[in-house]
Amino acid sequence: MSTIAIIDYGMGNLHSVASAFEHVCDSKVIVTSDVAEIEAADRVVFPGVGAIRDCMAEIRRLGMDDVVKKAVAEKPVLAICVGMQALMEHSEENGGVDCIGLLPGKVRFFGEALKDEAGEKLKVPHMGWNQVKQMDHPLWDGIEDNSRFYFVHSFYVKADRVDEVKATCHYGLDFDVAISHGNLFAVQFHPEKSHTAGLQLLKNFASWDGQA
Amino acid sequence: MALAKRIIPCLDVDNGRVVKGVQFVDIRDAGDPVEVAKRYNEQGADEITFLDITATHEGRETTVHTVEAIASEVFIPLTVGGGIRELSDIRTMLNAGADKVSINSAAVKRPEFVREAAERFGSQCIVVAIDCKKVDEGKWEIFTHGGRKPTGIDAVEWAKRMAEYGAGEILLTSMDQDGVKQGFDLGVTRAISEAVSIPVIASGGVGNLQHLVDGVVEGKADAVLAASIFHFGEHSVPEAKEYMAKQGVEVRL
Repeated sequence: MSTIAIIDYGMGNLHSVASAFEHVCDSKVIVTSDVAEIEAADRVVFPGVGAIRDCMAEIRRLGMDDVVKKAVAEKPVLAICVGMQALMEHSEENGGVDCIGLLPGKVRFFGEALKDEAGEKLKVPHMGWNQVKQMDHPLWDGIEDNSRFYFVHSFYVKADRVDEVKATCHYGLDFDVAISHGNLFAVQFHPEKSHTAGLQLLKNFASWDGQA
Repeated sequence: MALAKRIIPCLDVDNGRVVKGVQFVDIRDAGDPVEVAKRYNEQGADEITFLDITATHEGRETTVHTVEAIASEVFIPLTVGGGIRELSDIRTMLNAGADKVSINSAAVKRPEFVREAAERFGSQCIVVAIDCKKVDEGKWEIFTHGGRKPTGIDAVEWAKRMAEYGAGEILLTSMDQDGVKQGFDLGVTRAISEAVSIPVIASGGVGNLQHLVDGVVEGKADAVLAASIFHFGEHSVPEAKEYMAKQGVEVRL
């Protein structure tokens, strides 16, 4: 039986990620911060919620930055929300925080003055169900283009390598919500909270061999 | 492309059963919370809010198990409120599978609690619930203890302060309207929605589908919460969404 390891570095509700995987696949799902367990797993999930400074501090303290980089070189890895942001080079949050830097690009604040096309002020955080415009990738199999996924974030990703962007979203501005990089697929939204479309993405990941 | 306005069915749960009252009294039974939550999940609800109105310790234990059971079968965001007084209560509910917690009286009692909660767990999971009544034209006051106790706090000022302290969202209930099916108090909904930069959920008083549209269009709410119109089979979530979509409201169909 294959194993999916969800990396636990003390940030956020990992229960919902684990139970969503258990719902869609037969893999053994473990929530762990044990390096040996993560290295032995067939697939790795790198989640994250909360503020980036605290997240990065815990990631570095537990050595998870190196663990994730090594995992990406070897097997399929799914990064979710702040997990995706932590893989970029730098975030504007908390006055500026250097991140893992596996993906070239930056994490920026939506800003207080965010407006829609009609000039209406937009709330920040970007919270709720928004449409995701897909670019070709096996993890989108069985998911209709422009399906809505659940988001909750105040900072957004702009990747430097346009060819690695596998989905975008629009909220006052266009931003990147899925990035692929070899064995890595990183998403800004929460697939585990995105009902049918999200569960399909997790199911696709559970059978994905990586290296799109 | 735009962010969808959210439809949130609300489960008031007392000792392991969904109940619904009128202006916080006259309670009716509306079923098993896990079954009710699953039904709304299947119907395409955008989130589920679970308010624990149990007063007993045993009831609270039941609540944790109910949240666990819902979270393992419902893959949309789940907010849990009622009796959240300490950081450990938040930790318990998040561990049980809640995505957000709703803080009400504890914030009124000690506003710094909201700041501490947001710093510890992140703003994204801290909802501040505001129960208010209209006290004058264009003026609303916070009430606690099920609407019996006035606090002298202005609802709009309070919402601004809570946003500043790190609340990620406001759950606004007009107690004059709650359960009486005359629609949201659009005045306070709009006043607060325009005063803060965080999302506002309108609650209290939905009697028909037009009320949901009014909450979004007139009240400028980002999400609308309702209980009895869904619980007792008057309307389904898809009906509500189709109606809203026809009125030009962006929804997730």
